[in-house]
Amino acid sequence: MPEGKELYMLMLRRMMLIRKFDETVKDLVQSAELVGMAHCYIGEEAVAVGACTALRDEDYITGNHRSHGHPISKGGDVRRAMAELLGKATGYCKGKGGSMHLADFDIGILGESGIVGSALPVAVGAAMGSKMQNNDRVVISFFGDGASNQGACHEAMNLASIWKLPVIFLCENNQYAVTTSFKDTVSTENVSDRATAYNMPGVLVDGQDVMAMHEATVHAIQRARAGEGPTLLEAKTYRYEDHSEGLNRILREPYRTEEEVEFWRQRDPIDIHSKWLLENDVASQEEIDKVQHDVYEAIGDALQFARESPYPDEADLFTDMFADPIPLR
Amino acid sequence: MGEITYSDALNHALKEEMRRDEKVFLMGESIRGGIYGVTGGLSQEFDKRVIDTPLSENGFMGAAVGAAAVGMRPIVQSLASFAWVAMDQLVSQAAKMRFMFGGQVNLPIVYRWGLLYGNNIAAHHADRPYPMFMNMPGLKIAIPSTPADAKGLLKTAIRDNDPVMFFEDNNLAGSRGEVSEDPEICIPFGKAEVKREGADVTVVTIAGMLRPALAVADELESDGISVEVIDPRTIVPLDTKTILDSVEKTGRLVVVDPAHRSCSVASEISSIVSQEGFWSLQAPIQRVTSLDCHFPFSPALEHLVYPNEDKIADAINLTLE
Repeated sequence: MPEGKELYMLMLRRMMLIRKFDETVKDLVQSAELVGMAHCYIGEEAVAVGACTALRDEDYITGNHRSHGHPISKGGDVRRAMAELLGKATGYCKGKGGSMHLADFDIGILGESGIVGSALPVAVGAAMGSKMQNNDRVVISFFGDGASNQGACHEAMNLASIWKLPVIFLCENNQYAVTTSFKDTVSTENVSDRATAYNMPGVLVDGQDVMAMHEATVHAIQRARAGEGPTLLEAKTYRYEDHSEGLNRILREPYRTEEEVEFWRQRDPIDIHSKWLLENDVASQEEIDKVQHDVYEAIGDALQFARESPYPDEADLFTDMFADPIPLR
Repeated sequence: MGEITYSDALNHALKEEMRRDEKVFLMGESIRGGIYGVTGGLSQEFDKRVIDTPLSENGFMGAAVGAAAVGMRPIVQSLASFAWVAMDQLVSQAAKMRFMFGGQVNLPIVYRWGLLYGNNIAAHHADRPYPMFMNMPGLKIAIPSTPADAKGLLKTAIRDNDPVMFFEDNNLAGSRGEVSEDPEICIPFGKAEVKREGADVTVVTIAGMLRPALAVADELESDGISVEVIDPRTIVPLDTKTILDSVEKTGRLVVVDPAHRSCSVASEISSIVSQEGFWSLQAPIQRVTSLDCHFPFSPALEHLVYPNEDKIADAINLTLE
């Protein structure tokens, strides 16, 4: 597990990777090279990066439709992610999942679910599996303020609590479920206030501060590995883009003010972390610029790889349906 | 070999498979107490591997997916009527996950469902949902009708590396039959069984419909009508060849299914035979199913809703007119 400067620079790199990946995704949607829906993580990078850099490779995560940030934060392969978004056979899911369904089971990424809230019970089950196999692996389940109202979320928290499972429920509260403000839909002041209903700690964290995210997650992981059970972390964050790319073109009425968006742009997580690195003499501007440069190259390379990769074949339609295949009908 | 009940056969299958593989564990409501008969006593031998859950079907059936994804082999049980509570996890996760993630994960889960109908249990507890799951790719479906099939199919289901929906007709719970004690006897999926050979009409039965169909076949024998009874045993995968070969011989088909009529398994089998066995048919196919109304409580009404011997006999006679 990296620590000190190695860790802080890793955080910078991964946040920059997510930022550049999703800025590229924006362009691809604009030019219609990327089809279907894309939900950008821009503005929220510190949440997943702070959290996932506290995990080991063999620990697990589950996530949701706003999926690109989670696998990149856990060390996923941006080439395979980009190829998946373009529907190519070299993608993570052989082109069968797309943007909302990235997964990398080799590094414990048990999948991003397009149905919000739907992956929380799955995360609980993975934690059950860890406990039964005595391997002290933990699970982080990423979900949003919108998903925190789903029944599955509450059932999952109750199960995790009664069975003292090593799962961290990490609510990425970007304050809107599509266009609906969490203030109008969540019955408590904060999502983390719901933790008391499930007899677990509820911790509110500044989601724009990657170091604060990391620290809060480290504590929750320690709790989990010690057999003390689940934690509900709530990261207050903000998405600078629309819910999904292109939504602004069809919205009939604005759901947030330009002032509000601007306020949160002033709290850009990459700027905050860069400033911290400089002010604390951890890194120089040259070193930061180098990371940025390397990231641009990596994403450029990923895009080229994705573009040059082949599409899957018609023959692939029925592969991967079953581990023990059955005759086609 | 000995004669045991359908319930005991299931119990034996669970016991044998849990002894064979320590990754296998059970989850369900009140299963340690074994109120549904099958799991009684298993907690004595397997303790922590028999887990009583809260009333959270969507939660724990989804947890089964997660546990399977990290190497465990969960067997989850509930009543068929509670499947609706867990639909999102069964469909969005269990059925779709493997394909959507490009085959990165195996989900060796068995979901066992009790079919309760015909016992005055009323609409909320009398569901037969397997046709809906047949329409959702990604789920294998087994519906045993005899003790031997129950044991053999459940063992296969547990050893299978994909999600299996295993429907157990509660009307068969006390039915008895010869069952092997050999722990390696597993019945493969996709192999229908000719339960009774005949020459004049093919009757395909689902779940508890096997028994009334066999009774009718015996009766009609004395009228000189020779009825062949086929039990598909699994509807996904479905052994269409055995059914089509039979219809080629007899020219007549009746499908008996306790599901509601519209989009029943009977409908799907009828459709397949109409298309792939058309030139064998001497008469229109008959479906004998439950009516498209809910199961009423009153003992005066309920028995009118689902198939019985008279309805089966009438359908057979229709094909012979």
